[in-house]
Amino acid sequence: MKIMVAVKRVIDYAVKIRVKADKSGVETQNVKMSMNPFCEIALEEALRIKEAGLASEVVAVTMGPKQSIDTLRTGLAMGADRGIHVEATGDLFPLAVAKLFKALVEIEKPGLIILGKQAIDNDCNQTGQMVAGLLGWPQGTFASKVVLDKEKQEVMVDREVDGGLETVCLNLPAVITTDLRLNQPRYATLPNIMKAKSKPVKKYTPEELNVATKSDLEVVEVTEPPKRKAGVLVSSVDELIDKLKNEAHVI
Amino acid sequence: MTTAMVEKYKAFYRLLNKTSRTLVDRRFRQQGQCARGGSAASGLDHRPDAVVEQRVSYLGCPKRGLWTSARASLPSFVDGGFARDYPMNRCRSFGSVAGEIQRSSKFATLNSDDVAHFKEILGERNVVQDERLEAANSDWMHKYVGSSRLLLLPKSTDEVSRILKYCNSRCLAVVPQGGNTGLVGGSVPVFDEVIINMALMKQVISFDKISGILVCEAGCILEDLISFLDNQGFVMPLDLGAKGSCQIGGNVATNAGGLRLIRYGSLHGNVLGLEVVLANGDVLDMLGTLRKDNTGYDLKHLFIGSEGSLGIITKVSILTPPKLSSVNIAFLACQDYLSCQKLLLEAKRSLGEILSAFEFMDSVAMDVVLNNLDGVRNPLAPTAHNFYVLIETTGTEESYDKEKLEKFLVGSMESGLISDGVLAQDINQASAFWRLREGVPESLQRAGAVYKYDLSLPVEKMYDLVVEMRARLGKQKVVTMIWFEMAILLYI
Repeated sequence: MKIMVAVKRVIDYAVKIRVKADKSGVETQNVKMSMNPFCEIALEEALRIKEAGLASEVVAVTMGPKQSIDTLRTGLAMGADRGIHVEATGDLFPLAVAKLFKALVEIEKPGLIILGKQAIDNDCNQTGQMVAGLLGWPQGTFASKVVLDKEKQEVMVDREVDGGLETVCLNLPAVITTDLRLNQPRYATLPNIMKAKSKPVKKYTPEELNVATKSDLEVVEVTEPPKRKAGVLVSSVDELIDKLKNEAHVI
Repeated sequence: MTTAMVEKYKAFYRLLNKTSRTLVDRRFRQQGQCARGGSAASGLDHRPDAVVEQRVSYLGCPKRGLWTSARASLPSFVDGGFARDYPMNRCRSFGSVAGEIQRSSKFATLNSDDVAHFKEILGERNVVQDERLEAANSDWMHKYVGSSRLLLLPKSTDEVSRILKYCNSRCLAVVPQGGNTGLVGGSVPVFDEVIINMALMKQVISFDKISGILVCEAGCILEDLISFLDNQGFVMPLDLGAKGSCQIGGNVATNAGGLRLIRYGSLHGNVLGLEVVLANGDVLDMLGTLRKDNTGYDLKHLFIGSEGSLGIITKVSILTPPKLSSVNIAFLACQDYLSCQKLLLEAKRSLGEILSAFEFMDSVAMDVVLNNLDGVRNPLAPTAHNFYVLIETTGTEESYDKEKLEKFLVGSMESGLISDGVLAQDINQASAFWRLREGVPESLQRAGAVYKYDLSLPVEKMYDLVVEMRARLGKQKVVTMIWFEMAILLYI
């Protein structure tokens, strides 16, 4: 069984981001980029399933400009067998990504698709669900535990929901999106980095896959959240109550 | 003891003799004191004929008995044998505390008039005699405890000057204190010296964006300065594990090296100016901000590394390098010590200008960290590796640097210098690697009582010391070593 994992190149989680002066987006020049943390977790899960003998191949897929190949190389260095790079300039919104995925699935025919629950740059949390919808496959999102059963061709997924944990049983092929507590991603060891250089990466463009990536959405403005105001010292309980009632309007 | 070992110890002593520096009062009786171990008093001395602090200077400064502890743990024939061959009476002497240090009667005792006077100078709030005094009396390792009865928190150079002038007139001993993160007991009182803590002097005075020259007060915490400079696109030329609490004044006074020494050099090169208050209250303004200034004698170098024995640093002007965007870290494993040395040479040669840190730790240190700290894991496979090396590169071009680093790593792996390695893929992984290295002192402290030595030895002989000590101390004691560039810290 083949597993397809989506990885995205985003601004590194630990970087202090700045909004561009013209408010059109976030400053990405000269800023460290790396793989989306949830995508790392997704790839780690795929690798563990493969190491348990339940899958034959792990294919890492990324979509974006030319530099996205770096993220793909990281994925290959972690242990993925092959890479696919869909080269697309311009913003890719979740629906476009999902359509491109559908086209790739028709070519590759994987048994399982694992994605991160959301990308840390847009926080959409939509791509995995849209892929499942377009393909008509079952989905287990916010996975905190994944157990694959090869004979029954099912996968049991523990989902982290607001009320606690929900366990769903999905028939394969299925789509899983990973949450933080699923696993701890491995480091890219040197021998694997060396091997990654020779692993094949196939390139596609949206035109080749017959997908229109033009979006109905347009980013109008990006602004920073308002700066936290300094606290105010009050001198008595009465003053506190007065402020809570009249200024903050919370009582 | 084999002849080979004796020769090794002789080399050790020879090196010690050549590199020790000292402030010695000629009237101090050296010979008898040194060969047997005399006494040393610390604290600022206001009178010329008082006992002046002796120090042995390696890269750090083990004071207060550490040297004697080291000597005590070396074979006994060493003292009688060849210590005699290397007479220590040429103004090169070692402070040691084989006997009890006596509080010198030349220093006065604090009385309530003094406290009242300080309250007048500083105000009620900044003259401390409550629980905070206890924390200030004890060092970070909880090994040395003084019995000071007064902690002062001046807010300006003028206040410092007035305090010192008064102490000078009354002959009260004083100890300057910064972040109190020192590991050799230099920041706490020996007896009842008045503690002058610079924590309230934490303003950044000015920052020039074009030249990168920062002028700030001595009590600024290093991490705060790093965050401030981060916003401006610059970085401090030094970085230590203690950055969350240590103050820049203390760093300058101890000539702290830190993790980036290999890249940015020592503080002697980076500090452009100082403002210092001398023991009698005189303010010495050497706060230049010029890269090159040949007017007069460059006195500030005397204060860098003086450890508070010549004056209290109140302002620092320091050159800060620009923050470079591409940082890569690799965590490697080597089989033996010789490979580590060769790796250092190879790293300098292949990585050249982008190398910014090279740290070494042995497997015992790694075990201690993994057992005592939470949330850390060994980035390499659990198979036993003998030595671990952390290499960091900082440059401007991400792809170029990564390529260079990968080429160097692949080459080292193929030639057998490293047995395994991991490259950090994002900043979180990089911080995790640094946590392993920076967490060694903290985890050792949790593991038990620690004797810590900052030593300088010929590179080839460095690890032999650990092997020897392990043989001598036996299995119950943990002996481990970490290194940055050329300095080693030996933990017992």
